[in-house]
Amino acid sequence: MLALLNALPGSVAQGLIWGIMAIGVYITYRVLDFADLSVDGSFCTGGAVAVMLMLGGWNVVPALIVAFLTGLLAGYITGLLHTYLKIPGILAGILTQLGLYSINLAIMGKANQAISVDKYNLAVSLRYINKTIIVSIIIVVVIIALLYAFFGTEIGSAIRATGANQNMARAQGINTGRCIRMGVALSNGIVAFAGGLYAQYQGNADVNAGRGAIVIGLAAVIIGEVIFGTKHSFATKLATSVVGAIIYYIIIAIVLQLGLPSSYLKLLSACLVAIFLGLPAIKNGIGTVKPDKED
Amino acid sequence: MLELKNVKKVFNKGTVNEKVALSGVDLVLNDGDFVTVIGGNGAGKSTVLNAIAGVWPVDSGTITLHDTDITALPEYKRAQYIGRVFQDPMMGTAATMQIDENLAIAARRGKARGLKPGITAEEHKKFYDMVKALDLGLEDRMTTKVGLLSGGQRQAITLLMASLRKPDLLLLDEHTAALDPKTAKKVLDLSDKIISENNLTALMVTHNMKDAIAHGNRLIMMSEGRVIYDVSGEEKKNLKVSDLLQKFEEAAGEDAVSDRMVLS
Ligand SMILES: Nc1ncnc2c1ncn2[C@@H]1O[C@H](COP(=O)(O)OP(=O)(O)OP(=O)(O)O)[C@@H](O)[C@H]1O
Ligand SMILES: [Mg+2]
Repeated sequence: MLALLNALPGSVAQGLIWGIMAIGVYITYRVLDFADLSVDGSFCTGGAVAVMLMLGGWNVVPALIVAFLTGLLAGYITGLLHTYLKIPGILAGILTQLGLYSINLAIMGKANQAISVDKYNLAVSLRYINKTIIVSIIIVVVIIALLYAFFGTEIGSAIRATGANQNMARAQGINTGRCIRMGVALSNGIVAFAGGLYAQYQGNADVNAGRGAIVIGLAAVIIGEVIFGTKHSFATKLATSVVGAIIYYIIIAIVLQLGLPSSYLKLLSACLVAIFLGLPAIKNGIGTVKPDKED
Repeated sequence: MLELKNVKKVFNKGTVNEKVALSGVDLVLNDGDFVTVIGGNGAGKSTVLNAIAGVWPVDSGTITLHDTDITALPEYKRAQYIGRVFQDPMMGTAATMQIDENLAIAARRGKARGLKPGITAEEHKKFYDMVKALDLGLEDRMTTKVGLLSGGQRQAITLLMASLRKPDLLLLDEHTAALDPKTAKKVLDLSDKIISENNLTALMVTHNMKDAIAHGNRLIMMSEGRVIYDVSGEEKKNLKVSDLLQKFEEAAGEDAVSDRMVLS
């Protein structure tokens, strides 16, 4: 129990950083209705870019901004694959993710690049949990405020309309392809930004950092929805995704305390997400819900 | 104002499911024409409307609107000229967005969208008055998600959205077919009102022959991807359902028996 309490601040800190990632996932998964798997790659790209720039003498803020911009670009490519080449969304994301693996290696030059909190001025670090929590909360608040403002603009509304009903959107003169590209780009930008923070937190950028990121992001979004419901304003729903991520990391901490070997974590994540995604079907009685038809 | 010249469309070309949906449509609409469109199932009525709206590219032929060739224009660009209401009440609105947000989207049809507010204070006021004029009591539910409205309410909102910015052309594809008779009549009356008040040019597909005769100044009948009958003016006013049935039988031959039930 004591060990768990000791682990709690770390879970909150990790949850907050992954919560930023979950905000990015929310934009594709919920706003655009697009299951984007590029995030596994772009999360890592963000870390690689931020760490390499900082090792090269850059300040943390511009390094994170460039990480965000590379994420934008990665997401834009997924959007292009989907809207121009008509590649199904899931596959478009997988292609970008796979391609990014090589790019991430090229950016880092090797599979792992350490960055020491003693030598560099990092925004967050697991050595300074309290600072990490405060900085992350500020970033979360700023990002939610910016997104709230953006999705209230004409372009933001057009992206929401595209996610809600592409027929309606096109009939109202909205370039739905462009909206999808912008939305997926923005999402990956945020994910890469979170990746940049996470690498600092861990003290290294690792080529495997993003593996399964989409599952954690989805888990966060869905846990937030299951616990707090979906009848909230847009800003609140983003916030519940962040809280969902924190809860997710607390669950992980508990399970680790109970003695689960850490090599089983990914299996646990997959099961958690399957359970939470399946909750509506489970509530209605398994098997009575017809599988969704492909679109 | 609208001209279709020998427009052809084949679906699933080169497969076992190949289907000639439009086999050469010629049609000229004049400014202010309100044309009702009838024809059996699969005659190509929806396909003509979709071809005009640009849902997909046509195989051959040209579509001209106000002397501009729009044949190659993507759907979202044509939307600046065209308002649409669909048969499926789900299709014309964004279910997860509020009534006022849907209207705000429609108010920007054909305009460049930037970082200005998605909805302004004046618009709130304007939309309230417009929705109030629908007389459905929706003006007090402006922030309700459209997905919670009934089919008829959604069609009324979609009609408002299609005409919020005066379209050059209004396309109505059996937009009352999914509604109960009472609601259908309400929505049809509303369509009439919007078309006449704004002096719109409109194409309205309907399965109801009486409606097709009672509304608009012109009527066309389609069969097998072609316009086979086109009447207007006095002649149209004096049409009877039996005349249409006869016309239909002439054109469709032995298949008419099954289609007849659909048409009447
Ligand atoms: N997207 C599509 N893909 C394949 N075939 C299609 C498509 N749209 C229409 N068709 C086919 O084209 C033909 C004409 O269809 P259309 O929808 O225009 O008929 P309609 O006159 O509107 O009939 P209804 O009264 O049933 O609505 C039909 O055989 C239909 O199956
Ligand atoms: Mg039809």
